[in-house]
Amino acid sequence: MNLATKGAREIVASAPHVDTVGAVERATALTKRSIKKESKRWALELALSMVDLTTLEGMDTPGKVRSLCAKARRPWEGGPAVPAVAAVCVYPSMVPVAVEALRGSSIKVASVATAFPSGKSPLALRLDEVRWCVEHGAHEIDMVIDRGAFLAGEYALVFDEIAAIKEACGPAHLKVILETGELQTYDRVRQASELAMHAGGDFIKTSTGKVPSAATLPVTLVMLEAIRDFHDATGKLIGMKPAGGIRSAKQAIQYLVLVNETLGERWLDPDLFRLGASSLVNDILRQLAKERSGRYASLDDFPID
Amino acid sequence: MSAPLRVWKTWKLFVNGQFPRSESGRYDVVKDASGATVANVCRASRKDLRDAVEAARAAFPGWAARSAMNRGQILYRIAEMLDGRRAELAALLGKGGEREVDAAVERWIHYAGWTDKYQALLGTVNPVAGPWFNFSMAEPSGVAVAFAPEDSPLLALTSLVAPLIAGANTCIAILSESAPLPGLLFGEVLATSDVPAGVLNLLSGRRAEILPHAAGHRDVNTLLVASPTAAEAKLAQEEGAGNVKRVHCIAAPSGGWSAPEAQGLAWIERGQEIKTVWHTMQL
Repeated sequence: MNLATKGAREIVASAPHVDTVGAVERATALTKRSIKKESKRWALELALSMVDLTTLEGMDTPGKVRSLCAKARRPWEGGPAVPAVAAVCVYPSMVPVAVEALRGSSIKVASVATAFPSGKSPLALRLDEVRWCVEHGAHEIDMVIDRGAFLAGEYALVFDEIAAIKEACGPAHLKVILETGELQTYDRVRQASELAMHAGGDFIKTSTGKVPSAATLPVTLVMLEAIRDFHDATGKLIGMKPAGGIRSAKQAIQYLVLVNETLGERWLDPDLFRLGASSLVNDILRQLAKERSGRYASLDDFPID
Repeated sequence: MSAPLRVWKTWKLFVNGQFPRSESGRYDVVKDASGATVANVCRASRKDLRDAVEAARAAFPGWAARSAMNRGQILYRIAEMLDGRRAELAALLGKGGEREVDAAVERWIHYAGWTDKYQALLGTVNPVAGPWFNFSMAEPSGVAVAFAPEDSPLLALTSLVAPLIAGANTCIAILSESAPLPGLLFGEVLATSDVPAGVLNLLSGRRAEILPHAAGHRDVNTLLVASPTAAEAKLAQEEGAGNVKRVHCIAAPSGGWSAPEAQGLAWIERGQEIKTVWHTMQL
């Protein structure tokens, strides 16, 4: 047994057990907060500035990516000034297009490297994919863990792969996708979170968006608690990114409440919290329009991309 | 032997194919002529309206994509189920109730017949001075909100909403304020009539409270206000201008809601947009 093996096993073994009912209850209770008027407007604009505007379809074209980038720069074309989104998230082959389209802005380009969404390809190929993305200008890499290996108990393998990919990222930030919908239990989610943080992930992310069960509030709570405990133990700030299934502004605000109550205001920052989404942006704009005019808005009022 | 236990019904809204209470938790009391309480009904808020519009908007593409014949079948099914609840509805409507239910059933059948015919009557092939085909055709406006009048709580409601959904719109109706029960019972008819969730939604509440929000709502395409006061008509027109709604203020038909003039093609046309297409005759 080498050192890494022992380390990974210990990390998993020392992860605390998650009280499933408690996590669900706590997450549900926090959705009952009433955020109105000025606070709502502030929360909506903050949420907008945290969005990783995402397109991960087989049918993505350079034109589609360029129009998404235009949306990222000016979410509300023809409307009042609102914050730009945090990043645009695309497949590796679209990285050069996005980099070009976002030149001169502070919006980051994130790419889902590492044989997304399954992660089932040889490590060497995944590392090459990561290096390729970074060379072509990606600022952030969203990797997937090998869930099969994790569930089979090969923690050291998962740990080493994350560490290797982190090294391959160089200056780019690494987000580690746990694909919580495939990890079955909150205990598994907590263990995978610990593993990802110890192995060097800058962010932990819930889902690929490619399996039916994506981000939920309870699973996000479990991961946020892991981040909190990791911060208490090591002083390191790890970011969080729920992704998949976040479509309404109301949900986005619920996530912000969850973050604020679990990690505090320090994490209400696009450098430490992101929302992976696409249709969310227009729903946020719709709510902002309602706050401004007092009249309910229509999705027809906003550009699709 | 003791008398059987009387179970009071909870009268709820009908939104998205379900029967929710008002999110506001408020209610109004319905009394009979002698002043005795008949029922408590939900007093819908602007947020209930918002939810209903969301449901209607989501239901619209599917409803509009159905074949005209299938929409006719579903409207006919409403008539069948409505007929099955005749006694209960007549009792709620009071004097003349049987006649009102009969007229409502007939009106649903009337519009069931219209679903595959109005397109041919509203659409035209236009003569143009050039080598083009030029068509005008009717398309549903989208989401409609209809404010029912105080009288004829079932027949007037039917007269307003049946032509809208026959014309492939989805709809939210705000029921008679003083007599909401027949309309709410009609929700139970809809729930058993193959009408897809969200196509027709029913809210009991106060017109004065809901009208400004319905008129200003940018995702509502058509607004029908039956028997409005001058102030209500003004409000509907002004607020409705924001997103260029079709606003129709409808006075009670001179012959009453059962008169032939209270039905027909003109009522369907209120929920239609005319789209004109130019097409080359040959290349």
